[in-house]
Amino acid sequence: MSGYRETSGCGLSGIISRKRELIPGEEIIRSIVHLEERGNQLGAGFAGYGIYPQFPDCYALHIMYDGPYVREDTEEYLKSRFIVEHFEGIPTRKVPSIVDRPIFYRYFVVPMELPGEEVSPDDYVMATVMRINEGIDGAFVVSSGKNMGAFKGVGGSAEIAEFFRIDEYAAHQWIAHTRFPTNTPGWWGGAHPFTLLDWAVVHNGEISSYGTNKRYLEMFGYKCTLMTDTEVVAYLVDLIVRRHRLPLKLAADVLATPFWKDIDRMEDGKRDLFTALRMVYGSALLNGPFAILVAWNGGMMGLNDRIKLRPLVAAVHGDRVYMASEESAIRSVCPQPDRVWAPKAGDPVIVPFDDAKDAWEVRGCQALL
Amino acid sequence: MLYESIFVFPTFEVERDYEKCIVCKTCVQQCTFNATYYLPHRHKVVTRDTECVGCRRCEAMCPTGAIKVRRYQGEFKENAYWSPRDLKDLYKQAEQGGVILTGGGNDREYPIYWDHILLDACQVTNPSIDPLREPMELRTYLGRKPDKLDIGYNEKGEPELRTKIPPNLVADIPVIFAPMSYGALNLNMHRAEAAAAKAMGTYWNTGEGGLHRELYPYGDHTIVQVASGRFGVHAEYLQVSAAMEIKIGQGAKPGIGGHLPGGKVDEEISKTRMIPVGTDALSPAPHHDIYSIEDLRQLIYALKEATNYEKPVSVKIAAVHNVAAIASGIARAGADIIVLDGFRGGTGASPAIVRDYVGIPIELALAAVDQRLRDEGIRNWVSLIAAGGIRNSGDVIKAVALGADAVYIGTAALLAVGCTLCHKCYTGRCAWGITTNDPFIAKRLNPEIAAERLTNLLRAWAQEMKEMLGLMGINAIESLRGNRLRLRAVGLSKEEMDILGILPAGA
Repeated sequence: MSGYRETSGCGLSGIISRKRELIPGEEIIRSIVHLEERGNQLGAGFAGYGIYPQFPDCYALHIMYDGPYVREDTEEYLKSRFIVEHFEGIPTRKVPSIVDRPIFYRYFVVPMELPGEEVSPDDYVMATVMRINEGIDGAFVVSSGKNMGAFKGVGGSAEIAEFFRIDEYAAHQWIAHTRFPTNTPGWWGGAHPFTLLDWAVVHNGEISSYGTNKRYLEMFGYKCTLMTDTEVVAYLVDLIVRRHRLPLKLAADVLATPFWKDIDRMEDGKRDLFTALRMVYGSALLNGPFAILVAWNGGMMGLNDRIKLRPLVAAVHGDRVYMASEESAIRSVCPQPDRVWAPKAGDPVIVPFDDAKDAWEVRGCQALL
Repeated sequence: MLYESIFVFPTFEVERDYEKCIVCKTCVQQCTFNATYYLPHRHKVVTRDTECVGCRRCEAMCPTGAIKVRRYQGEFKENAYWSPRDLKDLYKQAEQGGVILTGGGNDREYPIYWDHILLDACQVTNPSIDPLREPMELRTYLGRKPDKLDIGYNEKGEPELRTKIPPNLVADIPVIFAPMSYGALNLNMHRAEAAAAKAMGTYWNTGEGGLHRELYPYGDHTIVQVASGRFGVHAEYLQVSAAMEIKIGQGAKPGIGGHLPGGKVDEEISKTRMIPVGTDALSPAPHHDIYSIEDLRQLIYALKEATNYEKPVSVKIAAVHNVAAIASGIARAGADIIVLDGFRGGTGASPAIVRDYVGIPIELALAAVDQRLRDEGIRNWVSLIAAGGIRNSGDVIKAVALGADAVYIGTAALLAVGCTLCHKCYTGRCAWGITTNDPFIAKRLNPEIAAERLTNLLRAWAQEMKEMLGLMGINAIESLRGNRLRLRAVGLSKEEMDILGILPAGA
């Protein structure tokens, strides 16, 4: 049992185009760099969706290696489980301040043959990710979704963007993060976003319930190996939404559940539902201060803890929705939004892409506007 | 000769300040162990020290403060191996040839793991929460939960619950009064527990002696026990309850049954237990219809059938060496709640040799069971109640962090109404009126006052628990459940920390 765990303060920013117009990477960089005051140059990261249109049906595995030998081992393992359509080193630039860097590769893969009908391709990929992260020393899967990718590392947000050439990508939606780790091991895997399949999470806060969340997730096959509490958010959303098929709105009601005093006042059917949510998913409640952005191939969600102990601001301009730790990060890329507001404690802001409005994940929730 | 036998040495001595004594004879009246008596010819009250059990009733009731009950000052020759207790027990057995009985919980020196566990608090990176200003939730559901929920949608497109949730108890504070039977306790104590449980939105447990009809209106807050003697078990008893509990074992005396002496079985107890007045109520060591886990399953489902699957069924076992595997079997046998009773748990009567040397500490048992159920992916199937030696709200918080859903308090509840841990419950002469059925002595326990004291205790613990949650930056108790990262160990071995699943302080 390892007790080591990161706690950190942070800034976060997200931009989504509901019509799936391409947002240049330069825009998210400008926004997150504006929040550098909230970071301490020890970690930053980005996730972009729709960045690999040439491989829309392949799982894009971004993998970080400590060295060339572990890469060989990992690739051997990958080839035993997947058909690799294409792979390459992730293009990077030399950045003077980044000296000690791991090796990054990306693989576009499809599962070879599923072990049985009960195992979905997503489950198969998840098992692979857990196996690599836990079992192969020196290899970490940075992201594993289709047509999306995460880029993260140790450095300031401007340096990490420069390093990963974020300005050369364009995405339907971006989320970004800058970190203020309070006890950093200088480890690239510890930066945000945290991902699983196409879920990517950036987080500002500290999860007081981490021990409970972690042990709950372990019952369902998730291994928390990344030494940072944010990891559990991605896994909880994956468990509740993808595997248990609860809509995202209800997942938000699990992560930042209403107080009993409010549940007791709900009308009968709704009260039963919320009581059951807390009874069954009590161990998935995220306690402690947080603001999170959760992105997936269908859209983006912003959420605060249930007594709003971290800042989160949202804004709308045309088909664009912006969410960030501070309004300045939004105004830096969108000076005159149609509407700006601070979401309430525990109230999710769910922004599906227009074409995903009827998807089951977002059923039962009114979009933000 | 001062003593009746040369081998009876006193444990306590009662000192009187005769300057202060007004010879009111209150102490004579209050002493139920015939230790104190009045000498008319000398107009003086004196105490026969060999009879004193150290309950301190006389000291508490003396209007002039003339009495001090002290540990006996006389000493045996120093011996690091043979303790005075060993000597006295041995003398007694040589004299009488019997099993040495005791009441209460194990008072021997063993490690107290609670006291080697420290709690975490928030500083800077995570704001602590003030329970006087922010909501702080202790509500706890006890019973089986499904692994996942199925959601449907109504015609308006709103999500609806499709999963039927099995029956659960709901407690406003995860502290429940432990099973202590009518017979072991008198009706006044049962009245007090029932009233306090109702007032605080929690539960009390009948123990194995049935439920007096007068307390049926408290059924919604009552867990009724079904033990190996089946005393007081009938359809209505099950139906009025909030939950039913199969008692397999007791932490104070794992593997042996109960014994209520015939002398304690009066008219009301006879009616409630459904046995003739004056007969011994002997609970067999095992249930004679449960010799295996599959037999247990049949009884669990017999109880569920009898109550239309509307109430959770709990199974209480003593914490023994193989407790994790046994608990897993119980969960799979259909129990909704498992109660683990540690070796510090109390008893109305037990052979001292069993109470002192059988079973394991609840802290280790709880940690092992919680981890085992998680390893098997069945932790959701049951709720865990930790029992046996919970002393304060800190123990409760630590138990929850180790993995308990709730705790039972027995000894602590008795202390709240005046018990001084003299451990003479088995004599039926409790001077505080708690474990006696002598109607004259039982009047010393006023049920309303006792209920108020129990309510006060729970209210105080609830407030302390909220403070502790708040300083950990947690505002709902479910976020502490099994959250062992918020605990640290001091002075424990690597093996002990591994079993408890906690790290050393500083790590």
